Amino acid sequence: MMQFKQLFRRRTEPRRQRVLAVASGGGHWVQLQRLMAAMDGHDITFVTTLESYREEVPDSARFYCVRDASRWNKFGLLRMAIQLSVIVLREQPDIVISTGAAAGYFCLRLTKLLGGRTIWVDSLANADCMSLSGQRIGRHADLWLTQWPHLARPEGPFYQGAVL
Amino acid sequence: MIFVTVGTQLPFDRLMKAVESWAIRNKRDDVFAQIGPDRAYRPRHIKWANFISAPECRRRIEEADLIVSHAGMGTIISALELGKPLIVMPRSHELHEHRNNHQFATVAHLGARATVRVATNAEALAKDLDEMANWGASKPIAPSASPQLLSAIRFFVNSGADLATDPVLATE
Repeated sequence: MMQFKQLFRRRTEPRRQRVLAVASGGGHWVQLQRLMAAMDGHDITFVTTLESYREEVPDSARFYCVRDASRWNKFGLLRMAIQLSVIVLREQPDIVISTGAAAGYFCLRLTKLLGGRTIWVDSLANADCMSLSGQRIGRHADLWLTQWPHLARPEGPFYQGAVL
Repeated sequence: MIFVTVGTQLPFDRLMKAVESWAIRNKRDDVFAQIGPDRAYRPRHIKWANFISAPECRRRIEEADLIVSHAGMGTIISALELGKPLIVMPRSHELHEHRNNHQFATVAHLGARATVRVATNAEALAKDLDEMANWGASKPIAPSASPQLLSAIRFFVNSGADLATDPVLATE
């Protein structure tokens, strides 16, 4: 009888999702934090490039720090891709959300390959054009958003408001 | 207390020298600056550190009466969240202060906010400092993104629908 009730409840409430929230240190991280209210009630894991953010993360969330790299440093990118692969394989996220930059791009691609769903919210700092990662992520993001209405296109990226 | 920050990636000597000479003229000894990598100009008349941790940066914004920074989104949003007046100087590509001029685009599109001033040169920065040095705290913005953005993400997470296949959301 108890089991039957639980089955019923699962149908009416949204299923608890494993969410991987990824952002480089600085502006990307600050913007990601402003989106996390949308993830209330889900199982959150943060990935970033600055160890000192660990103390800002709630106890209920897991936290990983990876060595940062930009597109100018191929060896660094490879090292970061390996670190991120281990994290994605271990966490098996249902959803990954990122505001950028390179670390978020990798996690979206990897999660997509494993069958998860992906959200890209391009940084507010990119007011003239989408970031390079944001342009390239394109169809690999199931929800592909810009924070500037003038950068939205009918085929995506879409505009659905901003973090400010 | 005035807190100056230029982010972790690049020095911003033009900003640092402008703040330092203002501090000397006005005999302010309560200025602290985060100046960036080793090659950055080291001010002699204001206290400084190359880098500070993210939590310390937030604490310093919280304790300061006025923030002066490059036009980085991290500092802009943190100052708004903590209700602190802010003067930003965008990094110029022509003066080799950044890879491109995106900080000008950022401030142009952010639009007018009562507690945020944009100074593009040392004179404008000094004028804004004169005016804003005694303002004190203002009303903080809400800690979350716009309700529209939050509900678009919440809808996606909880329902499994996505914009490409949902014409109603896509045209909203």
